[in-house]
Amino acid sequence: MSYTPYRLPVVSRVKSESLINMLKRGLRSDQRDLVSPRNITIEVGVIEKANGSALVKLGKTQVLVGIKIEPGKPFPDTPDEGVLQVNSELVPMASPVFEPGPPDENAIELARVIDRSLRDPKAIDLKSLVIRPGEKAWVVWVDVYVLDYDGNYFDASMLGVMAALMNTKLPEYEETESGELIVHRDKLTTPLKLNKRVVLVTTAKIGDYIVVDPNLDEELIADARLTLAFDEEGNVVGAQKSSIGGYTRSELSRAIEVSRKASQIYFKLLDQALQLGKQAG
Amino acid sequence: MSRVKQRPERFIDEKGRRLDGRLPDEMRPVDIKVGVLSNADGSALVSYGKTKVYGPREPPQRFAILPDRASLFVRYHMAPFSTEERKSPAPTRREIELSKVVREALEPVVLSELFPRTAIEVYVEVLQSDGGTRTASVTAASAALADAGIPMKGLVAGVAVGKVDGVIVLDINEVEDNFGDADMPVAAAPDLGLITLFQLNGVMTIDEMQRGIDMALKAISYIVEKEKEALKGSIEVEAE
Repeated sequence: MSYTPYRLPVVSRVKSESLINMLKRGLRSDQRDLVSPRNITIEVGVIEKANGSALVKLGKTQVLVGIKIEPGKPFPDTPDEGVLQVNSELVPMASPVFEPGPPDENAIELARVIDRSLRDPKAIDLKSLVIRPGEKAWVVWVDVYVLDYDGNYFDASMLGVMAALMNTKLPEYEETESGELIVHRDKLTTPLKLNKRVVLVTTAKIGDYIVVDPNLDEELIADARLTLAFDEEGNVVGAQKSSIGGYTRSELSRAIEVSRKASQIYFKLLDQALQLGKQAG
Repeated sequence: MSRVKQRPERFIDEKGRRLDGRLPDEMRPVDIKVGVLSNADGSALVSYGKTKVYGPREPPQRFAILPDRASLFVRYHMAPFSTEERKSPAPTRREIELSKVVREALEPVVLSELFPRTAIEVYVEVLQSDGGTRTASVTAASAALADAGIPMKGLVAGVAVGKVDGVIVLDINEVEDNFGDADMPVAAAPDLGLITLFQLNGVMTIDEMQRGIDMALKAISYIVEKEKEALKGSIEVEAE
């Protein structure tokens, strides 16, 4: 059952009007223009026990992503492919509006949007994860932890997922005569094969304005949000409109165009962040 | 109804016809009936080809009430017999997400501020699925809300656009959904010019996406007219 959100903080009318007045002048409360995301930092390899990991800060929003690679079985309908599983947790310490308990509709939506955006464009080379077709294959567990929520966990999570996947290594293993797998979890050698990189770009519609990477105040006063997934060629590889408002046809076109441009910024920042991470490491 | 389990060699034949004989921009027959249940305040049965759906009833007071408007409760659920293989009746992650997406497709049109501290409950049961169930659900929910007399700014309808063999096609069925290159569900309120549901599952260029949206919006206007006919029809019957 899905119900109208009832625990969202209320933004005062004064604040809401002043934010909209700033948008009229092309400004935002955190000194950005309408089409730029907040500052991004990405640290990779932050969790030693994970096969790959990344901590992303997008402004004050923080997301930790851990990748675990476990032996498992291919799905019957794809015997020659490994398995991708995406989960997300909106942990209660991240926001007073997140509640403990099993993933709610928002956490499930986040995980499923990420899952589709990886799966449909075949971002991970799942065929390279088969050990014995139909019997044994690696399972890639992607776990997204939203640690601090100041708006737009979609984009931050996907940057974290991409950074973590690019930094993921498969363990060495042996097969016994009876066909059992012995996994050497301490010997991580082979990098996970990726076919392409994907980013999510979220825009919010506030009045007549489309803003990239909304912060929490902007999300709370927005009429609607649109999250688009892009690959590096500029193809759209996923989309999700959320929140309780709608888009006119021309607003939707504008949001798509603004998002496509912002996707290039994200790819560049992803490169830079990973480069810096390498130098620091 | 197409019961193909493997990827067809091609989706479109040399005459430009799809597997079920339709042209790329052709809908399946749309059928909408309202007032089909006696206990619900409003109800509707919608079928696009073989997709069937029921919708809503109104409110016992519960948690999650809002001081300034009515809360909208939506459950999208698939009947165990609606799919090729029996589906467990327990809610899946997919159904939880789609309940949210369907709710968010209806929120912009329901005049919820007229009924503070109440709840409007919408139950959607997919009785048989053949592609496009979430969009048929939006259509059914919209018709049922109107049948229940809930004040709305306009009617909503939905349709899924897909991509098969590189061609953008309207109202995809299950085979086109499962084995095609993209599935893009869209719902809109044509009288308000507002797009209220928009998702993409698959890969499209921006140009394909734009053409797909236009194709969907044209079909949605047609479906909303069918909704209006069904609603007018039900009132005339009552007047007799």
